[in-house]
Amino acid sequence: MKIPTDLRFTRDHEWIRAEDDSATIGITEFAQDELGEIVFVELPEVGQELQKGETLCVVESTKAASDVYCPVSGKVIEVNSTLSESPDLVNSSPYKEGWMVKLELSDQDELSSLLDADKYEQVVES
Amino acid sequence: MTTEPLKTPLYSLHKELGAKFTPFAGYSMPVQYKGVIEEHQAVREAAGLFDVSHMGEFFFTGPEAERTLNYLTCNDLAKLKDGGAQYSAFTTPSGGIVDDIIIYRFSAENFLVCVNAANRAKDLAWVEENNRFGAEITDKSDDYAQVAIQGPKAREIFFKLVGDDEIRELKPFHFLVRELFGTKVIIARTGYTGEDGFELFIVPHVAAEIWKSLLTCGAQAGIESCGLGARDSLRLEACYPLHGHELSEEITAIESGLGWIVKPDSGEFIGKEVLQAQKQSGAPRALVGFFVSDPGIARHGDLVFSESGEEIGFVTSGTKTPTVGKALGLALVKKEFSKTGTNIFCQVRSRKLKSEIVKKPFYKAEK
Repeated sequence: MKIPTDLRFTRDHEWIRAEDDSATIGITEFAQDELGEIVFVELPEVGQELQKGETLCVVESTKAASDVYCPVSGKVIEVNSTLSESPDLVNSSPYKEGWMVKLELSDQDELSSLLDADKYEQVVES
Repeated sequence: MTTEPLKTPLYSLHKELGAKFTPFAGYSMPVQYKGVIEEHQAVREAAGLFDVSHMGEFFFTGPEAERTLNYLTCNDLAKLKDGGAQYSAFTTPSGGIVDDIIIYRFSAENFLVCVNAANRAKDLAWVEENNRFGAEITDKSDDYAQVAIQGPKAREIFFKLVGDDEIRELKPFHFLVRELFGTKVIIARTGYTGEDGFELFIVPHVAAEIWKSLLTCGAQAGIESCGLGARDSLRLEACYPLHGHELSEEITAIESGLGWIVKPDSGEFIGKEVLQAQKQSGAPRALVGFFVSDPGIARHGDLVFSESGEEIGFVTSGTKTPTVGKALGLALVKKEFSKTGTNIFCQVRSRKLKSEIVKKPFYKAEK
């Protein structure tokens, strides 16, 4: 399983791509594999303000519903609406087409607490 | 204290076959191999193999076996002949369900009762406590592994292994015993997927050999090893109830839609009074099927509301299933809201998803 080095991660298997004052968020290859086939993604509303640790999305697999937690605080500026038609993109392309939410960061410093690819790899392997 | 999960005799074979495991009823059970959707479709279109060794097997024997079982269960045991199987339930005095079971009759003094894994200890305590006429009751669950082969091609695949005339003519809800790999195997034409097939009660040490043989026999036909994920979506499409979801001691057999196995004329049995009354004049709640029309999926435990906002019940099972291709589920609702076509609302987290009551089952195999 290759972990992209240009992303940051959480112990709960979310990934974050930070660009200037925004961040794109999704779930990792490991997470999608654990969840199984994803059949629905409940996305937040654009404009919604979320605190770090709050539920950002809910991912429904054939087996269960799982929360995706907000890894950093911010305001939702875009959601991947393609997922309403094709939730399976989270399985087939978790780091690209399966992205979920774009946030406007409210505290850039929160990014420093996220894991880099090496540290995340240790989480996955443990 | 945490206890190591139990393993079925097929555990290492499942590992070799690439299964993912989940804790279920104290066991570590395969939840999927290639994927729930692919396995589900294989059973609908070809065949699938399931490890159901976690299920429990009780034997009721002796001169009082029949009378005792008839008292413990709501169906009419007198209808069951040697070599026949009957779907039934252990009922409580208030008409609730201790467990739903299949009874296999070898003779009037020898019955095999297949019980749910999660209820095994509770069931044993229940039947011993209510062993009114003194049957000999033995829990032989550890002496049996159980494998199910299900799907439109299940029978032709199985016939490559055992293909005599009698097995080819075995009718649904009948069983026979055959010798396989030097051991006796109980072969029953029963299942839990909505498809035709067999359930096999086998001696644990030949379970892996039988599984591998069936995979070989069915390779060309497209057989797949299937986990609990597919088992659940298959049974839900066919609207087979699952204990702990549609069935419990707090839901009567009539409410859960099992009125067809309640036979008040079958003599005295536990819960008869309540069940007879409900069978005649109706129960306060009913189990309904529904499709979710708003985006989302309703799950077990989600509350259900009427159009005017009144809380009318709860979802017992729900998911998006492969063959039907829609978010659907079963819910226990107040009787007056149970008509087909009624709009209901399932509370999923902060949202109320618009849903419609539809006719059960969601899926029926072509004959």
